[in-house]
Amino acid sequence: MEIVTVGKAGTVESSDIIVMIEPNEKKGIELHLESQVMQQFGAQIENVIRDTLKDLGVENAVVSATDKGALDCTVIARTKAAAYRAAKCTDYKWNFGGNR
Amino acid sequence: MQLRRSMLFVPGNNPGMIRDAHIYGSDSIMFDLEDSVSVLEKDTARFLVYSALTTLHYGKKELVVRINDLNSQLGIDDLEAIVRAQPHVIRLPKTENAGDVIQCEKEIERIEREVGIEVGTTRMMAAIESAEGVLNAKEIAFSSKRLIGIALGAEDYVTSLKTTRSPEGIELLFARSMIVNAARAAGIMALDTVYSDVNNEEGFRREAEMIKKLGFDGKSVINPRQIAPLHDVFAPTEKDLQKAYAIMEAIEEANRRGSGVIALNGKMIDKPVVERARYMIERANAAKRSTVEEV
Repeated sequence: MEIVTVGKAGTVESSDIIVMIEPNEKKGIELHLESQVMQQFGAQIENVIRDTLKDLGVENAVVSATDKGALDCTVIARTKAAAYRAAKCTDYKWNFGGNR
Repeated sequence: MQLRRSMLFVPGNNPGMIRDAHIYGSDSIMFDLEDSVSVLEKDTARFLVYSALTTLHYGKKELVVRINDLNSQLGIDDLEAIVRAQPHVIRLPKTENAGDVIQCEKEIERIEREVGIEVGTTRMMAAIESAEGVLNAKEIAFSSKRLIGIALGAEDYVTSLKTTRSPEGIELLFARSMIVNAARAAGIMALDTVYSDVNNEEGFRREAEMIKKLGFDGKSVINPRQIAPLHDVFAPTEKDLQKAYAIMEAIEEANRRGSGVIALNGKMIDKPVVERARYMIERANAAKRSTVEEV
């Protein structure tokens, strides 16, 4: 997935995270994270963002994220939404994730 | 027995509420992708609800997702994501006729086949929100085996009637009566609309008592504070429950004696009385199990 513009998703509400993704031509993933729980969960949040981008095939992007105590599933959702917006892509890919 | 006394609406773009939705004790949790989500955030809400459904565990709660209208691409996009996330029920909004349910069912079936889920796994409920929908309540209720119930969506309905909602709800009487009769004829549940004035507990309780009396199985709620009073209204009194047990004992006794005539305290008990007693006990037991699971 190629990032072609600025895409943003999320809010500054508690339990949410704002993720902004911008183009970063052939320079890999550059990640800037601010979090209220940086010391305890910073590395985990970074890993989740990087893994999510990898799953989407995003190889080059500047990612700025401001976390307000989001769960991993929220971090994933916001990263995906921001990436699709930044790629101007609406051909969403959904995996079967039923676990009930 | 799946109780649906309370279905808690949870805005689909609110991670905090999505995270906490299971702690308030509602029978069902209804994640909303429709009216509570701004048109600019439909995609982000869809990602969030999909991610929550495929990651978080909500215990034995029934999980429902209200999708957008299928007349827009949004509704189709919602189904592509949500059927794959496998909530128990998908709620179709603004159902006008049986065709709307059938169209939604076709899309769900296509996706179930694509991902290899057994066809029919995903259940549906249809919200009726217009004069036309109300007049077609019967054909809607009978339109699909996937339907667990039909619900009234009052805000759009009163707009289509060119009236407004009143505290007494007289403007909804016909719609409620149609919906509950259609649902009962089809053997599915009847679910009432939200009560929007969350600070008016007395008004809420009055409405809950009325819809229970009309025959509804439960109601959508928009605030966790409405759950306890709603369950309270739907709980049988101890006296009624004791009477129901006494009726069931009288039947057993009559069966033991081989007698076709059943009497309790000198009064004849006929079949509808027995059916009501059995239903009351079944619901009371289900409510007790659900409370135990909460604890």
